[in-house]
Amino acid sequence: MSRPGTGFDPRSDPIMSTALFTYALRLGDDLLILSHRLGEWCGHGPVLEEDIALANRALDHIGEARNLYDYAVKVEGKGRTEDDLAYLRAERQFVNTKLVEQPNGDYAHTIVRSFLFDAYHLPLAEALTRSSDAQIAAIAAKAVKEAQYHLKHSSDWLIRFGDGTEESHRRAQEALDALWTYTGELFVQDDVHEAMVKAGIAPDLSTIKQAFDATVDRVLAEATLKRPADGYMMSGGRQGKHSEHLGFLLAEMQYLQRAYPGAEW
Amino acid sequence: MISQDHILDLLQNVKDPEVPVISVLELGVVRHVDVEPDGKAVVTITPTYTGCPAMDVMAADIRKELLDHGVPAVEVKQSLAPAWTTDWITEPGKAKLKAYGIAPPEKTGDIRALKGELPVVPCPQCGSTNTVMLSVFGSTACKALWKCNDCLEPFDQFKCL
Ligand SMILES: [Zn+2]
Repeated sequence: MSRPGTGFDPRSDPIMSTALFTYALRLGDDLLILSHRLGEWCGHGPVLEEDIALANRALDHIGEARNLYDYAVKVEGKGRTEDDLAYLRAERQFVNTKLVEQPNGDYAHTIVRSFLFDAYHLPLAEALTRSSDAQIAAIAAKAVKEAQYHLKHSSDWLIRFGDGTEESHRRAQEALDALWTYTGELFVQDDVHEAMVKAGIAPDLSTIKQAFDATVDRVLAEATLKRPADGYMMSGGRQGKHSEHLGFLLAEMQYLQRAYPGAEW
Repeated sequence: MISQDHILDLLQNVKDPEVPVISVLELGVVRHVDVEPDGKAVVTITPTYTGCPAMDVMAADIRKELLDHGVPAVEVKQSLAPAWTTDWITEPGKAKLKAYGIAPPEKTGDIRALKGELPVVPCPQCGSTNTVMLSVFGSTACKALWKCNDCLEPFDQFKCL
């Protein structure tokens, strides 16, 4: 199967080409790593419907990641494949945020992690549908409708937990307090991102932050949960400096390709 | 030389592997069919959901159906834009979904589900509108799980995208 190219040729400018490759990788890595975490619930979900829901969400995320990797390797132009990016990169070469690699914990942690990501991913996907890069825009147009269902799913559960029993409320608040420190990194606008904004490829992250804040405040109010204060914010994931958890995740995710190089099915 | 119309007829035989009563044409995933001067057929399809595992199977089934019926060469391309929408499921396709026990999607213009309000989805078994959504993610990425409060049967709904 082949995918159509786009009119825009970023390879004509080596600096832009490298930045665009990194940007597509950042978008893709967040989705792949979160997808793997959600996939870990398969067969272990608290109820059958949720087991299925998380597996379906994982599929949506992995589908979007594949589209982004497929584009990234074309931009890079070195003959790598999407599988090379997923299975043959080491920990320091992954540029996902630390949020998505955090362990599943209890179901409140899993839901809060997805909710925080969804509240960022939906407005980002909406903005990227207007990207000057035709392929990034096409991938986003496909993802944005799925992202609406993702946010609805995680919001519904967060409200159910927060506005539920004393126990579910306590656990949801604990998860929120524990994961809040990872939200800052979603909105860090470094040189790579600035180059994308200047080229009209990516939105200014301050606009995405506004949408994120509005969603978080609306849902937390309904969930009767308290928004944590913005204290110290973790970062480094975008530069390949990860928490201790990513290495273990990759060891499992990449095992088959490492043990049987080139295996396909 | 096999005509484009004949290829479209053949594609009517290729079913969605997860909903084997509806063809790839009725599902609206076939965007273009071109026949090149040497007789090679180029079929462009668009994914329903980005991660839909049925897409690779559909591409393989399209190749097999055409090759088995004398098309000399087949290429299946995938195109992301414009993004697939459930509005592209044809009316006969929707009727077949319902007869198969899957509630068809509402029109995207009527997408109340995403604005916090649930759509009214009649039970495909008994027609009652006294139904309730159990989970927004059903047996596959494209379906939600519902229950009928009158006949008490659970059912899938092809959700609006
Ligand atoms: Zn019924």
